[in-house]
Amino acid sequence: MNAAHLNEGGISAMRLRGLMRKEFLQILRDPSSIAIAFVLPVILLLLFGYGVSLDAKHVPIALVVDEPGAATASFTGSFRHLPYFDPLTLPDMRSAEIAMREGRVEAIVHLRTDFGRKLYQPGGTPVQIIVNGVNANTGRLILGYGSGIWINWLHQYAQINHIHLPASVQVEQRVWFNSELRSRNYLVPGLIAVIMTLIGALLTALVVAREWERGTMEALMATPVTMNEIIIGKMAPYFVLGSGGMLISVGMAVWLFDVPLRGSIWLLFGVAALFLLVALGMGLLISTLARNQFVASQIALIVTFLPAFLLSGFIFEISSMPQVVQIITHIIPARYFVALLQTLFMAGDIWSVIWPNALALAVMALIFLVLVRRISRKRLD
Amino acid sequence: MIASLSAAWRRIVALVGKEFLALLKDKKSRFVLIGPPIIQLLVFGYAATFDLNHVPYALYNEDGGAVSRQLAARFAGAPVFDLISTIRRDADIRPLIDDRQARLIVHISPQFSRDLALGKPAPVQLIVDGRNSNSALIVLNYASSIVQQFNADRLQRSGMGGPPVHLEVRAWFNPNLQSRWFLIPGIAGLITLIVTMLVTALSVAREREQGTFDQLLVTPLRPVEILLGKALPGFIIGMFEATVIIALAVFWFDIPLLGSLVTLYTGLALFLLSAIGVGLMISSLAVTQQQGFLGAFLFMVPAVILSGFATPIENMPEAVQYITLIDPLRYFVVILRDVFLEGTPFHLLIPQFWPLALIGTISLSIAGWLFRHRMY
Repeated sequence: MNAAHLNEGGISAMRLRGLMRKEFLQILRDPSSIAIAFVLPVILLLLFGYGVSLDAKHVPIALVVDEPGAATASFTGSFRHLPYFDPLTLPDMRSAEIAMREGRVEAIVHLRTDFGRKLYQPGGTPVQIIVNGVNANTGRLILGYGSGIWINWLHQYAQINHIHLPASVQVEQRVWFNSELRSRNYLVPGLIAVIMTLIGALLTALVVAREWERGTMEALMATPVTMNEIIIGKMAPYFVLGSGGMLISVGMAVWLFDVPLRGSIWLLFGVAALFLLVALGMGLLISTLARNQFVASQIALIVTFLPAFLLSGFIFEISSMPQVVQIITHIIPARYFVALLQTLFMAGDIWSVIWPNALALAVMALIFLVLVRRISRKRLD
Repeated sequence: MIASLSAAWRRIVALVGKEFLALLKDKKSRFVLIGPPIIQLLVFGYAATFDLNHVPYALYNEDGGAVSRQLAARFAGAPVFDLISTIRRDADIRPLIDDRQARLIVHISPQFSRDLALGKPAPVQLIVDGRNSNSALIVLNYASSIVQQFNADRLQRSGMGGPPVHLEVRAWFNPNLQSRWFLIPGIAGLITLIVTMLVTALSVAREREQGTFDQLLVTPLRPVEILLGKALPGFIIGMFEATVIIALAVFWFDIPLLGSLVTLYTGLALFLLSAIGVGLMISSLAVTQQQGFLGAFLFMVPAVILSGFATPIENMPEAVQYITLIDPLRYFVVILRDVFLEGTPFHLLIPQFWPLALIGTISLSIAGWLFRHRMY
């Protein structure tokens, strides 16, 4: 069989079956691919579903009252009955400062000596709230909750003491699609994109590089197998593995974590298949270009996994990134998949979101597969 | 004694030299070791932030009175929010949120001014897109603080010299509450972990796959020497990359480095020890490079998630908090943040140092034992 024959790219069912069988056997005999496809998703989902929460609840705070009295008690009391804070009463600012440095409290609420007296004088009395700014996100939430408590207390106080305060504007919040603001509901769908990237791109990144490194690629070329058959033979088994991972993830999301699935399940699996094609294409491309497992694994990590984690809008909001980084996110396939997953799970079949994102994925899948096919042909000549 | 030590030293140096050759022999390998960590820090350093800005919002003001316009002006003037449209009908709300064109709708009801004039509390409705619940929470928080500031200013102007109690807020260590200050030291730790793990996790596995590890075992090199020879390149590369990353954090991102370099590098050395130990342990369990790589991955992903790098450990359930105790990155992230932002002195970080040393010692011992006892 000559090179010209290889370039024709015909497909024979028998040869393809043989190749796929070989690939499946290789997967089955190596526990690490099975672990990545089935164990890692379960671990990740459990960790994210149960372990990770960005909500600030039960934040330890220090209450420092220089001169306790009835007025201070009513003020500090309003910090005690909320799920946001775990207050700890400390005798003075020195010990509160030490507690903050040692990380035992995240904030200090300080009522000064003259709190009770100055309350009735014009100008009033200050209440100091100091937050540990290291974790800026939590710090800002604490300040937000703190000022909410202050406004509420003020109005109660005014009512009891018959002081006339101008009526205030009250915030009435409505959170659509996720009314309890459960971070699980958005982390779990986003995580599915990370898992699919792992299975699709990381596993396949190694498979062709391994054949080159071990010299079995050349042996494969000496057979009548065509390039199309090699590509399909490499992709199909991992496509099956990826679909299995997807099924497990969706099952766990819906039944274990009670994430609502408001969109249609067929659409969900449709876009997942599309994304899987993109991820497999990326993996094969890396593998074909690198021809060395060390390089392939490094590149796969850098261009697939970490961007899926940090640049996809899964944890960090894309619209808040600098313009240049926002442009970079457009070439990250996970970005489109995360948008699709979050919408399909929480909001439903919103076609104005589905069409553009699915189209972007389809175009990317096409580009990667064409590239893989072209590069593979060139290398064989 | 001295002669045998110097012979051992020569053998280790030779092995380290060989390891470096294997790692840096071709252009591609050299590039993936040096280029990406720097690119990653730059891109992720800019991408990773919980601070929102340019949040698109729409205004739905049914009232039109002077007070409602003052409130609307507060939103329009806030740098966090970008007004994308003004709507006039209820029916316009849904498409804006559904398409993610607006993350927030500020809805002022028709009775707003009248209620306030009558001394009744007047509601302003904030509708947010909850698909990303963390962003939703932050948006709500920003929006509520605008409303609260508006209330506070109204109190101030009410003629009784202000409210009886007013707030003085302050943020220590990070006065402007920039989450970049919090996240970049974490990212530095993350990238250091990835680089070191990949260098070490593949080192033994590659030799096993190619069959050269057996040859190494029959040379005069003792297991301890092989261990040192395999660990040192990871240590040197880790030190080098971490130094570059720390320099970038300080000089490029302007993260204040308040603490001492001695404390920082003590933490770094101990962290590298534990990362290399885990990497070599995985590597000596693996038979192929794929297993080494995927094994490293199975360790790294949970290690990153449980490190408290993006999400606070205190928010995790108790059982998960115990698991984080064996995660070396957890300690290193604390060291980095404390030394960078709080300037924590050496002795206060000893509780972070000793677990790292322990993890390193145990994992390196297991790796050395596995060299001899896991044979194929």
